[in-house]
Amino acid sequence: MVDPKIQIDNVSYAYGQRWVLHKVTLDIPPNSTTVFLGPAGGGKTSLLRLINRLNDLVEGTRMTGRILLDGKDVYGSDIHVPKLRRRVGMVFALPLPLPGTLRDNVLYGPKLAGIRDRSRLEEILERCLRQAALWEEVKDRVDHPAVALSGGQQQRLCIARSLAMEPEVLLLDEPTSGLDPISTRKVEESLFELKQQYTIVIVPHSIQQAARIADQAAFFLMGDLVEYSPGKELFTRPRAKKTEDYVTGRFG
Amino acid sequence: MSRYWTQRLGFALLGLITLAVVVPILLVIGVIVVEGMGALSWEFLTAMPFDGMKQGGIFPALVGTLLLTLGTALVAIPIGVGGTVYLAEYARDTWVTRSIRLAIVNLAGIPSIVYGLFGLGMFVLFLKMGTSILAGALTLSIMTLPVIISTAEEALRAVPTEFRTVSASLGGSRWQGIRYIILPQALPGIITGVILGLLRAAGETAPILFTVAAFFLPRLPQSPFDQTMALPYHLYVISTQVPGMPFKVQYGTALVLLGLVLSMNVVATVIRSYFRRRRQW
Repeated sequence: MVDPKIQIDNVSYAYGQRWVLHKVTLDIPPNSTTVFLGPAGGGKTSLLRLINRLNDLVEGTRMTGRILLDGKDVYGSDIHVPKLRRRVGMVFALPLPLPGTLRDNVLYGPKLAGIRDRSRLEEILERCLRQAALWEEVKDRVDHPAVALSGGQQQRLCIARSLAMEPEVLLLDEPTSGLDPISTRKVEESLFELKQQYTIVIVPHSIQQAARIADQAAFFLMGDLVEYSPGKELFTRPRAKKTEDYVTGRFG
Repeated sequence: MSRYWTQRLGFALLGLITLAVVVPILLVIGVIVVEGMGALSWEFLTAMPFDGMKQGGIFPALVGTLLLTLGTALVAIPIGVGGTVYLAEYARDTWVTRSIRLAIVNLAGIPSIVYGLFGLGMFVLFLKMGTSILAGALTLSIMTLPVIISTAEEALRAVPTEFRTVSASLGGSRWQGIRYIILPQALPGIITGVILGLLRAAGETAPILFTVAAFFLPRLPQSPFDQTMALPYHLYVISTQVPGMPFKVQYGTALVLLGLVLSMNVVATVIRSYFRRRRQW
């Protein structure tokens, strides 16, 4: 068994007085796709945003427990948060291009990280757009405004933007929720390619999607981790009654 | 009465009310333009006044107002915008920041003569700057700050939070997000606030009354520690303090002041619409 990439160790999390995660513990292996699934309000997104410390931006929250990346506590005092976020990229539910061109968007992270070399930036631009399965569609207009892209293209641009920092982990929060089936398939295909190199953690936008892409799946209900199973087990032979009810569509 | 006529009557009333707002402004501008045009000449703008200010031009007052506005801009823009970025982007919501905000709101409502007296006490006397451009510009800056801060803060808050989140998720520090995303997006609003504030500074009389303005000083200031004439105060002086002053000179001076303020306003609008067109959300 390989060492886990991310270890979530007894994590509880609250907004003000409202606890949204209760003592969640799970290990995420490298180079695979882990899905967090469950009905809305289960704490999936919160857990995702705890891994790259994006919830630091939200005031009035409390967390207990530990999250380890390669065995190191991401909330440790020696962690440089921007560097952590370069190692752990994120794609949001709604595609939100930054103001400016496609190029500006993809190269935002690398430029902030201090990369100035033009040929290197060009190389990053093309590689990331290819990895996000967008290059062929946009190679002639990388200097056009990003908002001119379709929704599906914008979301793949956001994936390319996250890849530009060469992260080790990619967190995706319902990345296809606003997309049509064709764009969704393209995004899923690029995710399948990407997991060779990256550790992918995704909140899928449907149970079907979860079943298509999961290497392991965690089922969350009202802040509790109900079940965490390898492979397709959770969908075919769920252990918990609640899991079965959810994946067979009895509630959701 | 039928609904149709009620509606017609309502529109007519609203139209009248709108007219009541617009007509006085048009009258003020119209009268000043008509009466003042005759006084305008290259000489009027570039000559020193003489013969008890009844003859010659308004050059030192014009230069004085430009210098005071420039000085105000140099002080108020960095402090105003810097303070706003802190308040809107960094400061947490505590009783300290809440009282700062309260203070800013209240500063905006203070009568300008009070700023003038404060400037006299603080800068002219206590800090021993004397009546000088420096003291005047500092006084005007304090008066301008609340305008700049409240409009700039609104502009910063109008930029969607998600941009900050995205920037952070791409490894940007808070400052990098502000520097590369938030400030450029908020710029049109900030510029509007800055120019509105400076317009007010350029046109005010009371704050400069005791801090910088000279009654009659037919030469240009040599340093920031010099006194200077200024257009609004000059206008006040020639309208009320000098007997036998020709109407033409009074209207001419008012026209120049008005033109200065209006042209700054136009510049502001042009800059703003330029940046608006480049905005992409």
